[in-house]
Amino acid sequence: MALRELASLEKYLGLKKPNKYSSRGDKKIPVLQNNNGPPLVGLVTIARHLVKEAKQPELLGEAAEDRAVVHQWLEYRVSKLDGCNKEESRTILKDLDLYLQDKVCMAGNHFTLADVLMYNGIHPLIMDLTFQEKERYMNVTRWFDHIQHRAGIRHHLPPVVVLRNRIYSAKHP
Amino acid sequence: MKLFISEGNPHCLKVLAALEEAGVQCDVQFVNHEENLVPFLSRPSLPALLLPNGQHLFSPNAICRYMFEVSGQECSEACDQWLEWEATDLQPALLQALHMAVLQGKELEATKVLAGPLSYLDQSLTKANTPYLTGDVVSVADLVVCAALHPILSAPSLASGDHKSVRLWFDRVAASQSCVSASHKVLQGKGLQAMKSFMQRQPAPQSGQSRGGTHPCNSGPAEDEERERAVSEEEMEAAALTWNKGFNASAAATERLHPILPQEGKRNILLTSALPYVNNVPHLGNIIGCVLSADVFSRYSRLRGWNSLFVCGTDEYGTATENKAREEGLTPQQICDKYHAIHASIYEWFQIDFDFFGRTTTEKQTEIAQNIFWRLHENGFLLEDVVEQLRCEQCQRFLADRFVEGICPHCNYPDARGDQCDKCGRLINAVELKAPHCKVCRQTPVIRSSKHLFLDLPKLEGQLEQWLNKSTSSGDWTANAKQITRSWLRDGLKPRCITRDLRWGTPVPHPDFQEKVFYVWFDAPIGYVSITANYTDKWEQWWKNPGQVEMYNFMAKDNVPFHSVVFPCSLLGAQDNYTLVNHLIATEYLNYEDTKFSKSRGIGVFGDMAKDTGIPSDVWRFYLLYVRPEGQDSAFSWADMALKNNSELLNNLGNFINRAGMFVSKFFDGCVPAMELLQEDKKLLALVGWELQQYIQLMDKVKIRDALKHILNISRHGNQYIQVNEPWKKIKGGDAERQRAGTVTGVSINVACLLSVMLLPYMPAMSQIIRDQLNAPYSCVSAMLHGSGAFTRVLDPGHRIGTVSPLFQKLEVEQIEALKKRFGGQQTATQNAANPQSAATLPTPAIEVNAGADPEKARQLTQAVAEQGEKVRALKAQKADKATIMAEVSKLLELKKQLALAEGTSPEPTPVKGKKK
Repeated sequence: MALRELASLEKYLGLKKPNKYSSRGDKKIPVLQNNNGPPLVGLVTIARHLVKEAKQPELLGEAAEDRAVVHQWLEYRVSKLDGCNKEESRTILKDLDLYLQDKVCMAGNHFTLADVLMYNGIHPLIMDLTFQEKERYMNVTRWFDHIQHRAGIRHHLPPVVVLRNRIYSAKHP
Repeated sequence: MKLFISEGNPHCLKVLAALEEAGVQCDVQFVNHEENLVPFLSRPSLPALLLPNGQHLFSPNAICRYMFEVSGQECSEACDQWLEWEATDLQPALLQALHMAVLQGKELEATKVLAGPLSYLDQSLTKANTPYLTGDVVSVADLVVCAALHPILSAPSLASGDHKSVRLWFDRVAASQSCVSASHKVLQGKGLQAMKSFMQRQPAPQSGQSRGGTHPCNSGPAEDEERERAVSEEEMEAAALTWNKGFNASAAATERLHPILPQEGKRNILLTSALPYVNNVPHLGNIIGCVLSADVFSRYSRLRGWNSLFVCGTDEYGTATENKAREEGLTPQQICDKYHAIHASIYEWFQIDFDFFGRTTTEKQTEIAQNIFWRLHENGFLLEDVVEQLRCEQCQRFLADRFVEGICPHCNYPDARGDQCDKCGRLINAVELKAPHCKVCRQTPVIRSSKHLFLDLPKLEGQLEQWLNKSTSSGDWTANAKQITRSWLRDGLKPRCITRDLRWGTPVPHPDFQEKVFYVWFDAPIGYVSITANYTDKWEQWWKNPGQVEMYNFMAKDNVPFHSVVFPCSLLGAQDNYTLVNHLIATEYLNYEDTKFSKSRGIGVFGDMAKDTGIPSDVWRFYLLYVRPEGQDSAFSWADMALKNNSELLNNLGNFINRAGMFVSKFFDGCVPAMELLQEDKKLLALVGWELQQYIQLMDKVKIRDALKHILNISRHGNQYIQVNEPWKKIKGGDAERQRAGTVTGVSINVACLLSVMLLPYMPAMSQIIRDQLNAPYSCVSAMLHGSGAFTRVLDPGHRIGTVSPLFQKLEVEQIEALKKRFGGQQTATQNAANPQSAATLPTPAIEVNAGADPEKARQLTQAVAEQGEKVRALKAQKADKATIMAEVSKLLELKKQLALAEGTSPEPTPVKGKKK
């Protein structure tokens, strides 16, 4: 899965030559065979590398603070979101919903690599939600819909239907 | 930029080390583990860095990376890779290893868990052959990985000869000034033990536990799946040794001799639970939040051999009482007398064992409240100001906030109260209400100004803060209590009015303020003091003795500010060496089924109805404590109550105790058999002993619900033990087998005895019944709970037990369905219905009042009312013409009327109200 994700990212970044990947261990950690040095291991590390290769450093955040926030969510993706159980997933959705309340993208107003990786990571969770739950996590759903419709982002994952109008009354538990 | 860290939190090591290494200027503040500083996270997460742009970083690695970047050291790709490895590979293993090493004492297993990541690290270092992970200089990766491993690699007990390259590298990095100083600050030289309290708050790794969501958590303490704890040889031997020591009657509980006074050399505990307001019958949420929680802790305190005094009483002054008196044609005093008795009988039924249950309408109250008032006055902590208030000319009195209704100035909700709007939740100043009217006579009140006294909280703020810092850091304050208190302080304190133009209250003794009384929030907490004074003349030994007395206040979270800010300010300002709260225990809210308990709307089961259900008081207590809203909201649910009764009490706890007893009666003539402990028995003793220790640790911290889990774990272990050893088969075998049956039975019956002791705070009657059936001496109750707890043999071979009979009864589906229907999802209003007589007939079963109720229809109508309400508000917001609005409003009123009928209540009187003019 991580390999397809990286391939999609390459397409988005407009990298012409596809890289060679393999995966390692039970958790299928992606490995990038690098011509200029030792192989790179790990989704975040490789994704950061690709962004640099594509010369789009703004995707890692403009200011130092933004870069820290972007990094935080990249790490969150691989350490918290990946492999979370059902109950943890509810907490994650709830926390993200609160976080995204006043934000367009993961790191504020600008689209970054954090949006790409978080989108891919949270996709299975969103697929599982009922319409009512999607309304409950309204901010996450709004952000998710925004990202999946961004040009060139969604490649290997199926689109998720998001309703724009509310169909449940706000007071409903 | 501000960095928040906590002691004993291994993640904080990283950031402190990075901070120092990078040489970045940053404000560092130590906080408690439970502090939740990142506004969007459900669970407290430390360290946390507040960035200059207001964003929060909660990932330790992101914080470290940022520190380095700010100091001009970019993170290389190799460095990125190590950080990712640390977060995804090392951390999960490390968390598990620390859990084992710190909490379970399984250090050997801990090193095994880490073997994989350590080998990887070792190979990488060997292969690279550089002094540091990414080359010849220290990088952020070195600090992060080194700090992460620091607690394990620097613990002498975990030292191993393997991984030589790791050793060399670690010694190099850990010796750096930044690491040494960070470790000193976070671990304080206490090594692994420094992390104990932090690790206890972490979810057990790999058990698939929730990380604390927002949903009302009814999964209860016992349902978390826990892996079987591995027990070491040493533990087993130690457990067997303790067991064989037998029971030492000299440590027996001393009897309670009233009056209880503080004693030299003892832990003296003054326990209060929030004073229930007299003219309402308490609902289950009130009971669990205050009196029941305090009762459990009070009983536990005595088991621990602490010298404790538990006081409570009814809060009786205020307009609500005056009003009720007018409705019922009685004097306020008569009303109080009547309802005080109702309260007392409810608590008695729930077995709330107060040392004294008093009331606030006493001479002592006047004496002490006035004394505190004069002291505040003399010390210059009172201010005078003129206040505008609503006065009803018809009723000839000033109206308390709750007795004015009108249209909300913020959202135009038509039924807003003078203190708060139920619709938008905003606080309202009564004079701001649009179209106000008196709740009693419906007349429009007039605004009058009147002179009042204010407590000068801003002047006391400094003292308060100083005291709070001390109290919250040394005592056990629940996280919500600290959070609410902090938010009050953060917003800045304002002077608070302490007088009111009422009659039913403690008179203000100042000649310029005659005919005024103290505002209840000033007066009511002083009730704790005056109630103690009514209990004993030597009350000052409790209340003016902060050096010797520790005070615990129990309450629901809405009461926190009065106990943590306002009352302490009154006492600090009095400058009379008052005892102030040391431990503030606040619960969250208990909901009823899928809605809220509401006194004013009469939703939920109320205290006096519980006994009409035929379910024993002990079972009520058990279930309420099982769903105690500890740390998060929870809900009372009939179906869940039946489930917990049947699965936990009947099939687990009751089944085990009953089987143990039956084996003694049937196979051994009612006498405890001789016991020869084998490895297997010792293992059970060790398991039980461990659960007992956990129970004590949690109860000491007033984690009442969490502690209950460990009681149920013990009977689960017991059931399994019996199941595996099959004494009912072995008793029919040869001598050796019969001996084995005897040992298993003897050990089991002693576990049952221990259970009766641990249950005592939760289910006092059942605890005694079990001891009666076992014929166990009462003196055993405290013997096992002293110190860190010891599971000893109380019932020796030859001891004759009593008659064994089943302890619990099954709650059948039909029975529960009937109860659920009877008490409705949408409960009827029993006391606030228009008919004032209904209050007088309170103790009658609710079924009568409920006649004609139709919950299904009520639910549909509730929905319809909500929708119609939205419609009306939308029209008003659009400023639609009056006729249209009025037409929709009358539809709304009609729906409300139908709803009231469907719920079995009388419709609210004249709901058109102020609109007539």
